[in-house]
Amino acid sequence: MTLVAHLDVHRDRFHLDLRLEIAPGEVVALLGPNGAGKTTALRALAGLVPLTGGHISLDGHPWDAPPRTFLPPERRPVGVVFQDHLLFAHLSAVDNVAFGPRARGTSRAAARDLALRWLDRVGLAEHARAKPRTLSGGQAQRVALARALATDPRLLLLDEPLAALDAATRLHVRAELGRHLAEFRGHTLLVTHDPLDAMVLADRLVVLDHGTLVQQGTPTEVAHHPRNAYTADLVGLNLLRGTAEGTAVTLDGGGVLTLAEPATGPVHLSFPPSAVSVHPAPPTGSPRNTWPVTLTGLEQHAHTTRLRLHGRPPVLADITTAAVADLRLHAGDALWAAVKATEIRAYPATPDR
Amino acid sequence: MSRAPRALAVSLTAAAALAGCGSTDSGTAPTGTAAAGVRGQITVFAAASLTETFTALGDQFEAAHPGTTVTFNFAGSSALAQQINQGAPADVFASAAPTNMQQVQDTGAVTATPTTFARNRLQIAVPAGNPATITGLADFGRPEARIALCADQVPCGAAATKAFQAAGVTPQPDTLEQDVKAVLTKVRLGEVDAALVYKTDVTAAGEQVEGIDFPEAAQAVNDYPIAPLATAPNAAGATAFVDHVLSGTGRTVLTNAGFDSP
Amino acid sequence: MTHSRRRAARGRLPLVLVLPAVLGLAFLLIPLAGLLTRAPWDTLAGELLSPRIGQALRLSLVCATLATLLCLVLGVPLAWLLARGNLPGQGLLRALITVPLVLPPVVGGVALLFVLGRRGLIGQYLHAWFGVSLPFTTAGVVIAEAFVAMPFLVVSVEGALRAADPRYEEAAATLGASRWLTFRRVTLPSVLPGVVAGTVLCWARALGEFGATITFAGNFPGTTTTMPLAVYLALETDPDAAIVLSVVLLIVSVGVLAALRDRWIRGGA
Repeated sequence: MTLVAHLDVHRDRFHLDLRLEIAPGEVVALLGPNGAGKTTALRALAGLVPLTGGHISLDGHPWDAPPRTFLPPERRPVGVVFQDHLLFAHLSAVDNVAFGPRARGTSRAAARDLALRWLDRVGLAEHARAKPRTLSGGQAQRVALARALATDPRLLLLDEPLAALDAATRLHVRAELGRHLAEFRGHTLLVTHDPLDAMVLADRLVVLDHGTLVQQGTPTEVAHHPRNAYTADLVGLNLLRGTAEGTAVTLDGGGVLTLAEPATGPVHLSFPPSAVSVHPAPPTGSPRNTWPVTLTGLEQHAHTTRLRLHGRPPVLADITTAAVADLRLHAGDALWAAVKATEIRAYPATPDR
Repeated sequence: MSRAPRALAVSLTAAAALAGCGSTDSGTAPTGTAAAGVRGQITVFAAASLTETFTALGDQFEAAHPGTTVTFNFAGSSALAQQINQGAPADVFASAAPTNMQQVQDTGAVTATPTTFARNRLQIAVPAGNPATITGLADFGRPEARIALCADQVPCGAAATKAFQAAGVTPQPDTLEQDVKAVLTKVRLGEVDAALVYKTDVTAAGEQVEGIDFPEAAQAVNDYPIAPLATAPNAAGATAFVDHVLSGTGRTVLTNAGFDSP
Repeated sequence: MTHSRRRAARGRLPLVLVLPAVLGLAFLLIPLAGLLTRAPWDTLAGELLSPRIGQALRLSLVCATLATLLCLVLGVPLAWLLARGNLPGQGLLRALITVPLVLPPVVGGVALLFVLGRRGLIGQYLHAWFGVSLPFTTAGVVIAEAFVAMPFLVVSVEGALRAADPRYEEAAATLGASRWLTFRRVTLPSVLPGVVAGTVLCWARALGEFGATITFAGNFPGTTTTMPLAVYLALETDPDAAIVLSVVLLIVSVGVLAALRDRWIRGGA
């Protein structure tokens, strides 16, 4: 009951070779820098790029197995959300959403009903008659999501769905996307170059570079045990989950952090390792977020050293190599971590599954 | 399409060369005396149906009068008359119809009396082999026959109308073409069974088109007048060229091309 | 100082462009003005109502419209093939499409006779098997006009298709649309301005067609005498009538195009 794929695509000088499995209900984020092959992988799954070798099958039904089998995109039960939404400019929002069901044989009236229900679900019922160019970027992307989901796909492919949005809109759409992904029972592949999107939305990260798999695992695993410097840089982000009440956030894994701006309800907190400072003794002065930690690992990077700190919460910290020498750090040392409230960004979280 | 006219042009040039030799031998031609004062460029506006003959006559003239260049503007007679009346710098006008000559006389562009230098008779043109077995004007009234005529507005169409009136035949044309060449194209390609055009055009069309004479043609003979222009930039040249067209050698070229003598 | 600067800010079009633009406009419009000043306005109304002109005008409009429809049915798919297809020798094919643009129309007419004439490559069989002969018929006029006008449509639609983002077609495919449905519901609407522009050009070219029409379809009042043919023949004997006919053709075509433009461009935007 899973999507099983070995994506082998040769194009010009580029070679993608990726083995991928996605379980029903699972959201896999495909993460990597530009040119890593993320979009090629997504297009191969959608049928927009034929495989050179390997295979794709869903529940044992082959979609692509060169040289014999190739199911064209219009016959695959997929839904795709593209980076810049690609809504059909001449059709209204409701007609855009109804396009898929119509194309797959649903009657005009039923397709329209279905489309209206989906627009309602993404909170855009009152924009049903609007043409795409009158919608904001966030609204358009939500319509695009409704359009992709309206065909009831078995595989949902999201290609940088938030990349084209401004920061504020991104926040809202990300939260909404998370809500719909939680309800979606099919398989989801999210392509992104933004680690935050990946860590917030996905159950599992697959890190791709130069067409091959670098590492995979849960967001926390990958963030805390990056297989190499590249992954460490890519996902080098402290990501915590908790419940906010005013400026205080009670973290799911224990501990409390203070925010600069008040928030309510489930939130994701993020801050870069460089925002974390370490001290041999409880620091005095401005940082209000201080807590005791144990050093469990050190990694030498180009100009900094990344520390893995166990505590409540566990965090990553980047400090200068000179500071490592000054502090004479060794694994097992007891230290104090500190982070300024202004460095912590809070995002509304998806409800727990 | 181009082979027949080229062959004709070659034969005309040969005839012209012979004729030229003859006139030089006799040494009495008026062109000889005129030669002394004739120099420079002579611009001749001539009806399109004169293209082949006048090109040959021009070559002859240049050979007989060293130092001259004859330049032609071949077009429909009515268009030429309009150009002359708008002030085009022509020395000689050779028209395919007296009406167009009259138009330039009316504006004073021509003051000399025009001379008829050739006559053209209508002939029935049929595709090679005459597939519809056309024998005379009466066949033009057969509805199943494909017929092309010139439109009434152009000289060959007006002449055709006269001929049909003389014969008492109501033609059933399928198309009324804008000029003789267009009619001949249709005959040559076998798109029509019969057409009415000038004898010279049939002669020029070569083997792909056959000509059939008919008695009523005498009722619709077309006169070709020629005259030097009053405003001719090269008056001496203009007179000399007109004289050459009217000379015995000029007439030979015209007769060979199918024109009748006036 | 302030005043001149403000003026410069207001007149945003540079003189380098405005001057040739005005000259270009004058170049196009002055001959038209010449025609209008010479038109015998007092007899215009009477001529307009004459059956001769009415017949030619009706024939012109019907034939140009039918030719345009033919061009749309054949030309839009052809443009699609050129823009999206992956054929060998596509560059050569694209160049060959423009042949009717370059070919003198009279030669185009002769070429059509070679192919569709009574003794033509295809025409001989049409004649022998079905008794169909296209020259000297109204259908022949439509074919001659379509032959000459189609490149205008194809070139303009192909340009629009090339400029259109093919990812919209991919999006439609992932939504389950077949290529035909995608073409109808996504591609065609997105290139509609190009199609409209091409259609207008095509229609205008067909309406003014002379050489190929008279060569292939001949000239017979009521059957094949369109306005340009009537104008040409009138010019032989009665230039005033020719001017009247031209002015009528002009008024009608400008009227139709202006009405269409308003309707389509505003509706489609």
